[in-house]
Order: sequence, then C-alpha cells, then structure tokens
Amino acid sequence: MHDMSEHAVHHGAPTSFIRKHVFSIDHKVIGKQYYALALLAALVGMFLSWLMRIHLGFANFAIPGLSLLSKNGAPGNVMTPEYYLQLMTMHGTIMVFFVLTTAPFAAFGNFFLPIQTGAEDMPFPHFNMMSFWVTFVGFLVLVASFLVGTGPTLGGWTQYAPLSAIGDVGGPGQGLGVVLWATSIGIFCIGQLLGSLNFITTTLDMRCKGMSLMRLPLTAWGWFITSVMGLTAFAVLMPACILLILDHVAGTSFFVASNLVINDQVLPHSGGSTLLWQHLFWFFGHPEVYIAIVPGMGIISHILITNMRKPMLSHRVLIYSMGALAALSYMVYGHHMFVSGMNPVSSLAFSFPTLVITIPSTIIVLIWLGSLYGSKLRINSASLFSLGFVSMFISGGVSGFFLAQPSIDIMLHATYFVVGHFHLVMGVAAMFGIFAGTYFWFPKMTGRMMNETLGKVHFVMSFIGAYCIFMPFHYLGIAGNVRRYQAFTDDYLIPLIPVHKFITIAALFTGFAQLIFLYNLIHSRFKGELAPNDNPWEGTSLEWSTATPPPHNNFGDKMPVVYHDPYQYSIEGASTDYVMQTSPEKINSPDEEK
Amino acid sequence: MATTVPEPPKIDQDRLPTQGSGNGGWRNKIPAGGDLRRVKDHSSPPPASTGIWVGLAAITMSFAAFTSALIVRQGGASDWHHFTLPPVLYFNTLLIIASSITLEVARKRIAAYMGVAKDRVTGATAPAQWLYITLFLGLLFVAGQTFAWVQLKSQGFGLASNVSYSFFYVLTVAHALHVFGGLGGLVRVIGKMNKSILRRSTLDATSRYWHFMGVLWVYLLLLLWMKL
Repeated sequence: MHDMSEHAVHHGAPTSFIRKHVFSIDHKVIGKQYYALALLAALVGMFLSWLMRIHLGFANFAIPGLSLLSKNGAPGNVMTPEYYLQLMTMHGTIMVFFVLTTAPFAAFGNFFLPIQTGAEDMPFPHFNMMSFWVTFVGFLVLVASFLVGTGPTLGGWTQYAPLSAIGDVGGPGQGLGVVLWATSIGIFCIGQLLGSLNFITTTLDMRCKGMSLMRLPLTAWGWFITSVMGLTAFAVLMPACILLILDHVAGTSFFVASNLVINDQVLPHSGGSTLLWQHLFWFFGHPEVYIAIVPGMGIISHILITNMRKPMLSHRVLIYSMGALAALSYMVYGHHMFVSGMNPVSSLAFSFPTLVITIPSTIIVLIWLGSLYGSKLRINSASLFSLGFVSMFISGGVSGFFLAQPSIDIMLHATYFVVGHFHLVMGVAAMFGIFAGTYFWFPKMTGRMMNETLGKVHFVMSFIGAYCIFMPFHYLGIAGNVRRYQAFTDDYLIPLIPVHKFITIAALFTGFAQLIFLYNLIHSRFKGELAPNDNPWEGTSLEWSTATPPPHNNFGDKMPVVYHDPYQYSIEGASTDYVMQTSPEKINSPDEEK
Repeated sequence: MATTVPEPPKIDQDRLPTQGSGNGGWRNKIPAGGDLRRVKDHSSPPPASTGIWVGLAAITMSFAAFTSALIVRQGGASDWHHFTLPPVLYFNTLLIIASSITLEVARKRIAAYMGVAKDRVTGATAPAQWLYITLFLGLLFVAGQTFAWVQLKSQGFGLASNVSYSFFYVLTVAHALHVFGGLGGLVRVIGKMNKSILRRSTLDATSRYWHFMGVLWVYLLLLLWMKL
C-alpha cells in the first residue's frame, strides 16, 4: 500500500498575521484568497455588464457618474461607441479569466483537492502562494488599464489582429491598453501554470493510504482534468501574448499584414499573418472554455450525489467523458474561425470533432438526468444551483449543435446567437456551479451555515433572470442582430430594440439577486447559524471526515486511511445511509471493484 | 440539511488498514480475500519528479506554439530574409552538450555518495566539483548566446529588421531565459548539498530539467538552421 508520508509536506503552523493571512503557504488560505479575488472580479465584471446593458437598451440614457470613470469615454455621461467596446472587452476578459477560471478551479480546488486526496498540503506550497499573488498582480495590471491615457483596449477579449497589434492608430486603448492587457494575461498564464503544477502533482503523488485514482471524488477528477488542460493551453497563450507585445513595443510584424492603411496612414509593418493570432488564441481559447466548465461539472456531480443519497449511474463513464471532453477540446478550436477566411476544408476538419465532442457532453448530461430520475433529491440551495447548472448546460449546449456546422455558422457567427450560447453554457452554468459549491462547502470552510431562505430566493431570481436575459439572445441572433454593436440604427435592428430593453431590465433584476447572495455570504460568515457538526450534509468524502474548519495540516495527528470508493450511499446492510471513505466498516457494495 | 448525528458505524477492530472493501484501483490492488502476498508495493514517484515532468510539458507546449507561429508566418510571407546562423551557435551547442555530460558525472558521483549516507549528504567531502563545472559551462553557453545576439545586432540585424530575425531572437532569448532557470536550479542544488540537506529527488529533477534544455537547444538549432 502506498504511504506518502515520506513525501509529505511538513510545514509548521504560521504564527504572524502576515504569514497566516497574507503570504500564506497553506492551500486553504490560498483557496480563500482566490475566492475573494474571483468575487471582487465578478462584482467588477457584473458592474461593467450593467453599464453595457443600460446603453444597449436605452441608448441615450445618461448614466450618472459615468464621466468620472473615463475622461473622454462618456461625455455628458453617455458612453461613446469606443467606450462601449472598451467596457465590453474588460467585461469579457475579467469574467473569463478572473472569475470562471479562478473560482471553480483555483479557489475551490486549492481549498479542497489536498483534503479530498488525503494530503497535508500541496507538494509545492511556495509555488502555490506565488500562483495566487501572480494572478492578483495580473488582475491589478488589467484594471490599471482603466487609469491610463486612452483607457483599456477595445478589441474584445479575443483581441483579434490586426486591430490588437497596430497600436494607437486603431483607436482609444489600442496602444498602452493592449500592452497592459497582454501583459496581464501573460502574468495570469504564469499563475495558472504554477497552480496546475501543484494540482497535477497532488493528484498523482500525494494521495493517502487506500486512495486510488478511482476512489477520488468527481470534484478531484474535475480539477485534475482541468489542470492538465490549463497546463497545455495557457502554455500556448503566453507565447501569443509575448509576440503581440513585441508587435507593439519592438516594431516586429508577427500579426500585422503589409500595406495596411488605417486613417489614411500606411502602417510600417510587413508581411504579418493576422490569422496566426486567431490560431494561437483559439488553440488556447477552446480548452479554456472547458477549463471554465469541467470543475463545475465535478462540483455539481459531487453535490447532486450527496443530496440524492445515491451515486451516479456510472462513476467511471463520467470521468472518462470529462477526459474525452478535455482531449477533444484541442481538436475543435477552428470552429471559432469558420468565417475567418481559412481554407473551407479546414472548416470540415474542425466541424467533425465539434460534433463528436457533443457525444461525451451528452453522455454526461444523460448520466446526470438518469441518476436524478427516481431519486429523492434533498432540496437545498446547493442542490438547486446544481440542478440549475444542468439546466443551463443543456440549454446553452444545444445551441452549440447549430454553431458546430459551418453552413449554419455563416449566418450565426458574430451574432447574439453565439453570445447567448456561450453565456448560458459557460457563463451562467459555471456561475451556478460556483454558487452551488459555495453553499455546499461554506459550513466546512467557516463552521457556519448560509441562510437557506436567502439562498433559495437567490436561486429562483437568478434562474428566472438568467433565462430572461439569455434566451432572447438566441432570437436576436437568428434575427440578424450583430454582436459587439453599441447601438442599433439599421432598419432590421430597430424593431429588436424592445427586446434589448426587456433584457436590460432582466439583467438589472438578476444583478440585484447577486447582491442578495453577497449579503448572505458576508452576513453568514460572521453571524450565520453554526454548523451542527463536521458533516452537516452527511457526505462521504474526506473533507467531511476532518474538523471544521480543517486544522493547519488538514487531518490533525493521524493521516486518513481510505477503505471505500466515494459515494457509498444507501448501501444495503450498512449501518447508516452513507459510509464514509474513512470508515473501516465492511460493506457489500455493487459499485466497488472486486 | 442534517439536524441529527447518525449512529457511528460498526467498526471491525481486527480489520487491517491495508484491507479495503474493494480493490480500489490498480495501484492499490488487493485480491479478494486479503491475500497480500501478491501485492507489489506501488509507491508513487517523489513529487519533484512528477513536478518536473509537468513543467517540461508546459515548456514543450510553449516552444511548440513558437514553432507553429514560425512555420505559419514563414509560409505566408513574401518578405522572409534567409540568413546564415552565427557560427558561435555551433560552439555553444557543444558547450551545452558538454554540460549535460558533466552533470551526469556529477549526479552519479553524488548519488553514489548519497547511497552511503542514506539519502542525505553529510560532511564536507561531497563531490560538488562537477556541478561547478556544469554551472560554468552553462554560464559560458549564455555568454556565447549573448555574443551571437550582439554580433547580429552590430551587423544591423536587430529584432525588427526582418521577421526571420524576430523569430531568431524570440526563440533563442526564450531558451536562454529558461537556461537561467536551470542555472538557478543548479545553484540551489549546490547550496543544499553544501548544507547537507540535498534530496536525491531534487538532484534528479534538476538534472532532468538541464538535460531537457540541451535537447531543446539542439531542436531549436535544427529548426533555425532549416527555416531561417
């Protein structure tokens, strides 16, 4: 039997405030720091979305105080077209990187992966600490672009060349704003690589006695698969950002073609490939969207099982499907480039695996639905948000079947159909996964329960609100509403403005619901009802076998020994309806390998 | 949510920790019936070993991205200026290969020494000199690369003069930055050895990284020689 004590990371509990709460090498503190960063980023990103939606629904509405945010971007508190694009770019960048990549993976993963594997800590705790602070510096660099001369970049979170590479002549924010964006993302890549290093090594080398790979809970598998994707995808984005920065500051021509004329000026670049940026970006970009969603899949599967009191139809197939999603994600990236001018045969080569990738996604969804069918699901905030994740993933996912086909994508590319698709399947679903994880693990992290009534109100408002916002997006897209437009002045767009007004009101309503969550989070942290015991949800995995909150080395004096597969619920003949992984009780389970 | 605490499970006090209720996967496989004689002791590798492979995977992906950028950019370019690589690069190649050889010599001597002292080096007679030689060769390599850059620049071929030079500088500077990381690792190993706290896994991981830098350089040289 493997005993990892010879590899164990022994570091004594810190004593000073700085070492305990600021520059801590304890994975639990680092996880909470990541959560706080993601929360801050989510509030900023949500605020930006409100500004955008108000402008889209009510074009000439003067938003009070907007001119304070930008010197030239909002004269008379009405944003200019360029400022709209700048806000949109920052909204996308902040949400995708600093919320969706950070919270489900870095925040919950850092806190719970070592505990669920039975380790004292990650194997490289100083790298882990660096990963958070590097990510935080990346966030500061990004936000700093609001404060520089012409503001942040306006090229979208995808930063397509040549607009992103031509400098100030491209518009406000296209000089220093782009350099800050690329620097911020390059720094973020380093943080992610350091984090992935720890996650992979923890999963492979730091498991306690009896914890085989198949005995890991689905959350741990979700984080492991995500960290492998993160390692390989972010390692490609960083070179791309370096080349983009060089095009700006060193006069190189990686991405800017020759003889480009902007504002009557012939740009001095020669022979660059604008499509090259798209290839490099999307090779990272498509695995990135799976990095955003796979941890959530693991988290809500874990939560649903705990609340259903029975395991999923197949633990293995769920793991293999998540792995298949990860592997296929590298082969589909060109579906973002169907109309880019690349060889149409390439479109076929990318369309086929895109349709194939729907197979593991569908298998995962069918496992969820099949497992839920006939179960007596315990209804609480965590399980409701988990159900919401399933709903959003299905709703958002089915529109992907259409976009996967080049012939349809020609019509739908760069319309609101795409925006509706990725917001539902990635944005809202992952956010619901974050909420589910928060309600579920709050007792373990803090020793207190979140308010259930407020949690249910948060769920109902968010669920209804999200559908009211993003379902109409599909209609808008089919009606031809182009994305990234700040105003709708064309004949065929003017009739759609009432739909935009409705969406704006829904967005503000949904945003208000998040403030209820924020209040619940902060109030419960200090005044919430104390958790009744260390295992309020009667869970089986290792995090529920340790004290609340877990001690510095996670398990106290005795490292855990694992006897069972995870998710031994409702086992006939067992003394209780759940058998913890650390219980030496002998059981006759059909799920465990013989 | 739970408001009652269920009865604790019946504990089988005679149950060995090594006996799971299932086989628990290939690594911890115990045959049914608990016959432990057939179980091999599968220990996982030290984290430093897994960690360095993970790091090398990331570095490989980064240079693969640079390679594909070079190939795509050259494919569509009418302005590609082919040039002869500075001859000093070939001498630098010999230096980095030699440094891998000296590092292997150092590693074997230290490993033999450690084998006696149970994984910890004690006393002041540890064979560090081959590590110092490796460090010196590594620094010479970086100096040689710097000479190549200065030589090209003085001939008027800077970073932005042509895209072929851009890729030359980007690839060689990126490699040199990673070599600096390797040099830092070697300094760390020497420091730990001098304090008698060097682990075998640290030494092996650092060596693996350094050898990878050599392999990577040979690959880059071939790529630059073919394409530039």
